[in-house]
Amino acid sequence: MTHQIPKRFLTGVAALAASLTFANGTPAMADKASNTLNVAFAAEPEPLDTYTIAGRQGLILARHIYDGLLYKNLDTGEIVPALAESWEFTGPLTMEFTLRKGVKFHNGADFTADDVVETLNTVITPEYGTRYSISVDWIDSVEKLDDHKVRINMSKPFAGAVEMLADALPIYPHEFFAENGSEGMAATPIGTGPYKLVSQDPGIRYEMERFEDHYEGSPKSGATIDKIIVRTMPEMNTQYAELMSGDLDWIWRIPPDQAKQLESRVQVISAPIMRIGYVGFAPESLGGDSPIADKRVRQALIHATNRGAITDAFAGGASKVLNTACNPAQFGCEQDVTSYEYDPEKARALLAEAGYADGFEMEMAFAAMPRPTAEAIAADLAKVGVTLVLNEQQYSSGIGKWRAKELPAFFSNWGSYGIGDTAFILSNFFGGGDDDLVQDSDLAEWLSEADTASDRDVRAENYSLAVKKIADEAYWMPMYNFNVNYGLSNDLNFTPHPDEFARWWQSSWK
Amino acid sequence: MLGYISKRLLVAFCVCATVSAISFALMFLSGDPAIAIAGAGGRAQDADAVRIAYGFDRPIVIQYLDWVGSALTGDLGRSIYFNVPVTEIIGNRVGVTLKLGVLSFLLALVVAVPLGIAAALRPNGWIDRLALILAVTGQAIPSFWLGLMAIVVFGVWYGWVPISGAETWQGYILPVIVLSYYAMPAMMRITRSGMIDVLATDYIRAAKAKGLPMGTVIFRHALRNAVLPLVSLAAVQLGLLLSGSIVIESVFALNGLGRLAWESLLRSDLPVVQAIILILSLLYVALTTFADILNAVLDPRLRGAA
Repeated sequence: MTHQIPKRFLTGVAALAASLTFANGTPAMADKASNTLNVAFAAEPEPLDTYTIAGRQGLILARHIYDGLLYKNLDTGEIVPALAESWEFTGPLTMEFTLRKGVKFHNGADFTADDVVETLNTVITPEYGTRYSISVDWIDSVEKLDDHKVRINMSKPFAGAVEMLADALPIYPHEFFAENGSEGMAATPIGTGPYKLVSQDPGIRYEMERFEDHYEGSPKSGATIDKIIVRTMPEMNTQYAELMSGDLDWIWRIPPDQAKQLESRVQVISAPIMRIGYVGFAPESLGGDSPIADKRVRQALIHATNRGAITDAFAGGASKVLNTACNPAQFGCEQDVTSYEYDPEKARALLAEAGYADGFEMEMAFAAMPRPTAEAIAADLAKVGVTLVLNEQQYSSGIGKWRAKELPAFFSNWGSYGIGDTAFILSNFFGGGDDDLVQDSDLAEWLSEADTASDRDVRAENYSLAVKKIADEAYWMPMYNFNVNYGLSNDLNFTPHPDEFARWWQSSWK
Repeated sequence: MLGYISKRLLVAFCVCATVSAISFALMFLSGDPAIAIAGAGGRAQDADAVRIAYGFDRPIVIQYLDWVGSALTGDLGRSIYFNVPVTEIIGNRVGVTLKLGVLSFLLALVVAVPLGIAAALRPNGWIDRLALILAVTGQAIPSFWLGLMAIVVFGVWYGWVPISGAETWQGYILPVIVLSYYAMPAMMRITRSGMIDVLATDYIRAAKAKGLPMGTVIFRHALRNAVLPLVSLAAVQLGLLLSGSIVIESVFALNGLGRLAWESLLRSDLPVVQAIILILSLLYVALTTFADILNAVLDPRLRGAA
């Protein structure tokens, strides 16, 4: 074996060599023996106060430590009780929850109505700095009715309320939270979840142990793995090496080409997620005086882009071309809309009809999308005479220019906070707010009705009207739904979910 | 000598002030920090709330002066991302970078200086050729590639050393070797050329003619002058190793200051970035000033030149 090493060493090519050269490495061995799941993230998790963070890594850890009042079973789409035993709408703007008894926090405190009241009434105040206002701005106040009963008074009708209560709004122990606030929760996260945090080197290393007193009847019950160790390892090639050598059992966000390399050695799973790629067109930009203001031009641009080939080449796995401006996994994401097949001839005809037979030049900024994908779009558009000037931006800079109406086209992605409801995407881009560069009053009206109605049929009908018009008017060029490639030790059972929340409490060894 | 040192310190202070002001302003050119902090899913109103909460709505000059004022009292602010004092988070990470940088520097020095001297004694001899090969490969091979190859060979195939992390001292073995391999060529080449120049001077010929032992000629007479350019270079190299180990820290999953700077930049954690820039510029200035003073001690002619 040894005599082969120099040859392999010399033939390695840059970073890819790291994954290619593993072909004859040592066999992967999971840490099944110590019943410890070893996990790596490339990005540093944020502090574990769920309300003040946005990164998925921190939120994943937090969902193991904390529970919400409700829980969504993504396999059935059903909202099930968690810390609340039952709940009901007692009025158009009031919800009442009967809380579960006998639930313990990790510090031994009993879970009561005071915890719900203290937590939610604190995080809805502007001073608290809850990161996504959309998650709590629908709550006006929370009242204690008795030790195990609470009422939530809503500030406005909000169809996503139940979705939000399903694990996105965790309940903290009231005494500890009142005394220590967000900083205290981040330093010493205490919840009622299936795992308790036993040590953390913030951003670097976290160790969680199964919580033996986790309440019976929890939708997160049944955890079989004793210990979970999460480390930050920024370099993916290093993660591959550790996965191969058995020092890691779970990694994710593996690029498609690398996933193929790993397939022969470890388990690789590709799963679709809620995030989608899109090119937004802004008829309102540049004073409304740009080719993009013409519907035929927008339609031509979609016809000219070979989205199928781009999806296959750059996304691969479980990704599919989209026609609607939302994720098919979301409630209300109607699929029966006008679709634009790849047809450069038709694109040329539409451009000629719009007075751009000789083409034109247009800027497209892109953020949080790979450059090759943007270049592929530019190459396709060049074939019909449209010169796309690519402008790569940080997301903050790109979206800032978009909101300032300086961009006719913006290529980026949107994850809907991982929530399976069209409300969390359409209203942001077409509901009349700052991100809406279309300002179509019909859309704003339909979406407002859909976002606030409690009748699911009314909601579905309005979202359907909206996505059909967005497609007809070619306001967006939906690209594809993202997928995530997971690399797992061969001994691990793990089921991915489209909301990108890893549920390690459901994992087990084979 | 006191005048020389005073002048050097004044220049150092001006450099620090300029670097901190420019870096502060540059941070705001890379996009709206409020939007970056609000996150990719943040709406315009989320960004507005962040803007007000963190005072980004104030004029940049006011923000800078505020920051300088606090920094002078030792308060470098709070990390927006980690919600803890910047000094605390930097304190947690700086140890890894210091160990990595200083160990790599020492290893590079220990290899480079004797090798440079040996190469200079027999130009074009086999040691000189070996040194040349080491220097060329050290400069030509990207450190991330070398790091990954080291992981594959010594971590995965042989399993001699840990692949990542700084939990044990063994975790430093590969990164220190790789980083020193990158830092060593320049020091070795400058020692060699300095030594060749000095060995050709009259006073060395005179020393040899007097029949002094070769060791005395080299170490007592030649090295003192040959080492002058090395002192300046070594100061810069140490600064580079401490501030520029981002790649190595990434490859070996060592969470040091380099990684922290890079990650903080990406997530617009301005207080952390500004503090790191300040600390690193202070470090650079301190090292180069120290090197200048040391050179002045070694070579009295330089004091007059200043």
